Amino acid sequence: MPMLVSHPEEVISLKRRFGQGAADIDKYIELDGYKAVQKAIAEGPEWILTTMKASGLRGRGGAGFPTGMKWSFVPKVSAKPKYVLVNGDESEPGTCKDHVIFLEDPHAVIEGTMIAGLAIGSKLGFIYLRGEYRYLLKIVEKAVADAYAKGYLGKNIFGNEGVDFDIITQTGAGAYEVGEESALMESLEGKRGVPRIKPPFPAVVGLYGGPTVINNAETIAACPHILLMGGEAYAKLGSERNGGTRLFGISGHVERPGVYELPMGYSLRKAIYDVAGGIKNGKRLKAVVPGGSSCPVLTADEIDVGLDFDQMAKAGTMLGSGGIVVLDETVSIVEFALRVISFYQHESCGWCIPCREGTDWIKKTLARVYAGGGTKKDIDNVQYLADNMMGRTFCPLGDAAAMPTLGFVKKFRKEFEDYIDGNRAGTPVMTTEHDLVGAH
Amino acid sequence: MATIANSMFTAETAARFDSLATIYPVKRSALVPMLLYAQDELGYVSEAAIQEIAQRLDLFDLDVRNVLSYYSMLRTKPAGKYNVQVCTNISCMLRGGYEILDHCKQKLGIGHKQVTPDGKFSLEEVECIGACCWAPAMQVNYDFHDDLTTIKVDAILQDYAEGRGKDVR
Repeated sequence: MPMLVSHPEEVISLKRRFGQGAADIDKYIELDGYKAVQKAIAEGPEWILTTMKASGLRGRGGAGFPTGMKWSFVPKVSAKPKYVLVNGDESEPGTCKDHVIFLEDPHAVIEGTMIAGLAIGSKLGFIYLRGEYRYLLKIVEKAVADAYAKGYLGKNIFGNEGVDFDIITQTGAGAYEVGEESALMESLEGKRGVPRIKPPFPAVVGLYGGPTVINNAETIAACPHILLMGGEAYAKLGSERNGGTRLFGISGHVERPGVYELPMGYSLRKAIYDVAGGIKNGKRLKAVVPGGSSCPVLTADEIDVGLDFDQMAKAGTMLGSGGIVVLDETVSIVEFALRVISFYQHESCGWCIPCREGTDWIKKTLARVYAGGGTKKDIDNVQYLADNMMGRTFCPLGDAAAMPTLGFVKKFRKEFEDYIDGNRAGTPVMTTEHDLVGAH
Repeated sequence: MATIANSMFTAETAARFDSLATIYPVKRSALVPMLLYAQDELGYVSEAAIQEIAQRLDLFDLDVRNVLSYYSMLRTKPAGKYNVQVCTNISCMLRGGYEILDHCKQKLGIGHKQVTPDGKFSLEEVECIGACCWAPAMQVNYDFHDDLTTIKVDAILQDYAEGRGKDVR
């Protein structure tokens, strides 16, 4: 069971019901639960949209798109039903925040889904969890059933004539690619999880061809808090154009790994050294993967940066999913880069050729380098392949594989060259005999 | 046809399938969950299961197979009663995931995607399971086991071997 952590530097908004048994509906209600959605019903869709826009909330799945704006793209009138889709297919390596939300505060996800539905005029929401999260699915299923039993879901919710909202829970069955919004819709329609080409965007043509709002589970769970505290107040918790707080999962070589709630714009250095207790066993920091494995790596002297979407972009990387993975001096970047690309090669759905072939060739080349048979030309080839994947695929998986690869070979080129020359940095932990990195 | 006579599944699963086929705006949406629940009951998705699910959702067997082959958790051959899935992705890797995997291989005497001769255990090296902050981690069937050490793994495997292990369905 995930261990809950806390630190005095945290700014608590989304986590305020954690550790208090809020998966129980009565406890949730006692802790101001389902007040926000009743306020939303009373105030109406325009008020919800205005509040959400003022909050500065940006998508917590990784893309950082402003949530209020996303919702406002949904046409007011639609011949086809509109849908709300909650993406709980959390699969980005380094990311386990939604795991804790579903465990500790499932009703916040349900309430947020209802709020999104009210904002766009939808009567049906789906909460999609990755297949591995079966025990969490059961928790969410129970929460949904309890909400129905209280009359909070179904017809005439909270006794409001003509206000209906239903929620269906859904499970995946193992596929990183399904975390991409259009692939998730395919999966939910009972198909292989391959991406759709955009435009049209989901807000216009989404699930079953209807206008669809799709948001990450953390984004959705933040909504009730925003409506209760007010958009401006929420925005003020964060940094410029990056409203509020978010859950950062700090993992890897730190003393106190865990999911911490920090204000947007918080210093990455402080997150590692203060909040997570610094580098494990007094070792030296070597690098940081700041927002899930698809984000370009930062070196030890690049961590004086604020954790928000804009500052991270300026630093040449991404805030991503908020999964901060910390690497100490014992890590071989060659090995780490091979492990990262092996994941993307495994998860590429094969729909777009640059991604399917690019991930495979980069993996094969890095595996050869790692096994000791590399040449310096291999480094150029890896860079060439990654460059040619960028922006050439339907969905961002191709970019997600290329970007970290480029980061490793550009920032640690010397380490790759030395490795090829036989001077290997770090202590290896795997071999190419292991199945996911090997040429199987 | 939403409900079918003479289902191969237990009454509970058949009832769940009857319901799944009706709750979605388009019933094919029930396909992925049905495949997973079928596998939970049978240990894998058998030919007969494919045929029944196709019949329930008005699909061709081929449509079902096409979807089945996409998802990494779904399999067409039996796994062990307890499928041990060790994560070796980055956060686990940095905290000893490979050591845990190699230890499981040695302890169970099997490799990736293999099953012990008594059918009790199978082993898989898996990609990120979303337990990064409690790494290294593994799942036995659907249950998470976090902050692993080789000693902890021994105790966990012992529990399952003796039928005491947690097994959420």
